[in-house]
Amino acid sequence: MPNKTFFWFFLPTGLAMILFIGLPIISTGIQSFYAQHDQVVKEVKKCDPFGCTVSIVVDQEKTSKIREEKPLGKFNGFGTYVDRNHLAIEEIGKFWNETNSFGEFVDQVTNLPFYKALIFTLTYCLFVTPNVLLLGFIIALSLNAVTRRIRGPLIFGTILPMIVTPLVGSLVLFWMIDAEGIIGANLQMLMDDPYLSLKSSKTLTWITIIIYGIWHHSPFAFVVFYAALQTVPQEPVEAAIIDGASRWQRVRHIVLPHIYPVVTFVALISLMDNFRVFEPIIGFSAEGSAQSLSWLIYDNLVNEEVILFGSAAATSMMTIVGIAILLAPVLIRTWKEFRTAR
Amino acid sequence: MRETNMKKILISLLFLLFGTSVYADCNIKSGSINILANDFPALRTFVETAKGCKGSADFKVTHSSEHNKIAVPALTANPSEFSARIAANSSIVPLMNQDLIRPLDDLVKKYGKGIQDSQLITIDGKIMAVAFMANTQHLYYREDVLKELGIAIPKTYEEVVAASEKIRASGKMQYPYAAAYKAGWNLAEEFVNMYIGHGGEFFKAGTAQPSINNAKGVATLNMLKKLAGLSNPDYLTHDSEAIKVEWESGNVALMTLWASRSGTLLDDDGDAKITAATKLTGPATVAGGNIPAATLWWDGFTLAKNRSDADAEATFRALAHAAANKKMVADAADQAVWLIEGFKPGPKSIGVIEAVKMKAKPYPMLPQMGLMHGALGSEIVEFLQGKESAEQALKDVEAAYMSKAKEQGFL
Repeated sequence: MPNKTFFWFFLPTGLAMILFIGLPIISTGIQSFYAQHDQVVKEVKKCDPFGCTVSIVVDQEKTSKIREEKPLGKFNGFGTYVDRNHLAIEEIGKFWNETNSFGEFVDQVTNLPFYKALIFTLTYCLFVTPNVLLLGFIIALSLNAVTRRIRGPLIFGTILPMIVTPLVGSLVLFWMIDAEGIIGANLQMLMDDPYLSLKSSKTLTWITIIIYGIWHHSPFAFVVFYAALQTVPQEPVEAAIIDGASRWQRVRHIVLPHIYPVVTFVALISLMDNFRVFEPIIGFSAEGSAQSLSWLIYDNLVNEEVILFGSAAATSMMTIVGIAILLAPVLIRTWKEFRTAR
Repeated sequence: MRETNMKKILISLLFLLFGTSVYADCNIKSGSINILANDFPALRTFVETAKGCKGSADFKVTHSSEHNKIAVPALTANPSEFSARIAANSSIVPLMNQDLIRPLDDLVKKYGKGIQDSQLITIDGKIMAVAFMANTQHLYYREDVLKELGIAIPKTYEEVVAASEKIRASGKMQYPYAAAYKAGWNLAEEFVNMYIGHGGEFFKAGTAQPSINNAKGVATLNMLKKLAGLSNPDYLTHDSEAIKVEWESGNVALMTLWASRSGTLLDDDGDAKITAATKLTGPATVAGGNIPAATLWWDGFTLAKNRSDADAEATFRALAHAAANKKMVADAADQAVWLIEGFKPGPKSIGVIEAVKMKAKPYPMLPQMGLMHGALGSEIVEFLQGKESAEQALKDVEAAYMSKAKEQGFL
């Protein structure tokens, strides 16, 4: 496609992307550099049905004047980014000096909310993405070998986890692993431990969420791989069969190289999706044991009664940076291949 | 001064006051009414009663347990999505902080006939809300189980622990205690109650500096952990609704739960034997303290500032009709402890009345309290899971709070 045609072809999408993705990101970025103005409080008498007390309220007259002058708030630079609830630069320095062993230092750092969330998010990505690729590929291969007559219903059944709304899917599993649910109760029997609870143990909660993630995302990988398998040329496969190549050798040396670009694509999308893990945490009520970066943003925006726009914006920006870093190796590789191909 | 006030409340709570009160005039001709409220039976009754008086005004209501998440953004819009918000001690604070609700003095004067003075929430001399019901968390117990094992009704949390241990030892129940310990708001609320029961203060006097990392804070956490150990191991995922279900399945013999939930526990649904044995008592004290480890709450209505005067007037008239409605109070005496004239407390109101008698403190109405509540809800979890010490957990709470308070300009 000539560059000019491509430009006109891409223009509407590009405009929509700038409007609905680019501008909001810029606005979030700006927001992350601001904090609320210093609160002007005053002492007043408050009376309610249980009696009167002298207590403080925000002085609206003075506050509204400051707000009108500077509606964005107080410029804070990278203040929010480095505070204790985010990168916690100061605290980490302090831990480094005060702790005696490296283990203790790591303990202290992973106790900070941002790093706690980052570790869960990365663990989730690292376990879910490869398993999704593997499982998706295996399902695609097996379904491809099944006779055509029952393939339709099988494909439908396989993509069901993706069709089910994430929240509903996780809620279903949540009830099943309840101490009185079908999985929870049977596990207790199997392990002969009436106190076993999948929801109260941090490790088990993580495992549950990761398994849920694999279950939910595999169909996506399957669908793409299955489509790619249809394009594998038959001649080399037949030639390989005549040469006596085993099934595994055919997959390894013919099928995989052929669908390799698609694998990269699925890996990219999966990584991006998994880095933003959020719904299962809500669905499993797992806030206590597992927090992700997206959950932190949600928490800042809704859980406090007071909305922490600066915090949420800073975490959002760092999530974007995090995704960029994760994707960098794959993107660089794709770019290099693209260059050599030309 | 506090003493006389308490008496006033007691009198209004305990005794039926005779007198003629005229219902608010319901001849509303115009305006549109849109209410945001939490979702429990008493509030539904209240809003329904207000609807009965809407006249030709437009009437809409959103009942949602996620009301806290919607309120500030919805009322910040101009015009505001809602003309009224049913709020409580804690949820009125963010509305006040952002200047989103209007003073009601004029409207109370004009249309507030029948609303008692004790119902008015005044801040700096201005009426900001009209309360209509009171709420608290208190103890529920299974009379049959306690009787069978010869356990007296617990009055302190130490007795709750002892009783629960005895029930567990008897083999009757594995997890005899329940409270809403779901990580987040609920868990933080349990901490607030227990800490107040220990006589603790959340902030250094007159400042927004936190002061919970002390012996009282540690004692509070240790008591919460003891109770958690006697609860279903999934306690960190259990909110009020979940423990209600546990209770109704007969898995629990002692429970701390909201008074406003007593109606659904004692209704005809569910196992009649359990319902018949479900009894209410006041909130427990802790660590030899006099005041209960519980906070008093009021529910009342506030009007959005960013909404036309006509809408505010129509909304106020409809809601004031409900807030001074003797018939509603008589018909729905079971659903709540109404602060409205004419309320005759029944057996389901024992918890709140006992709490008031025992001089329970109201939930602190401070501008920065929401941030403290939020920090508590996430930072004490690891202590309960046995992953860190009480001191470390409290240190984390203070640090998390300080960062948030700095961002919000309180420090």
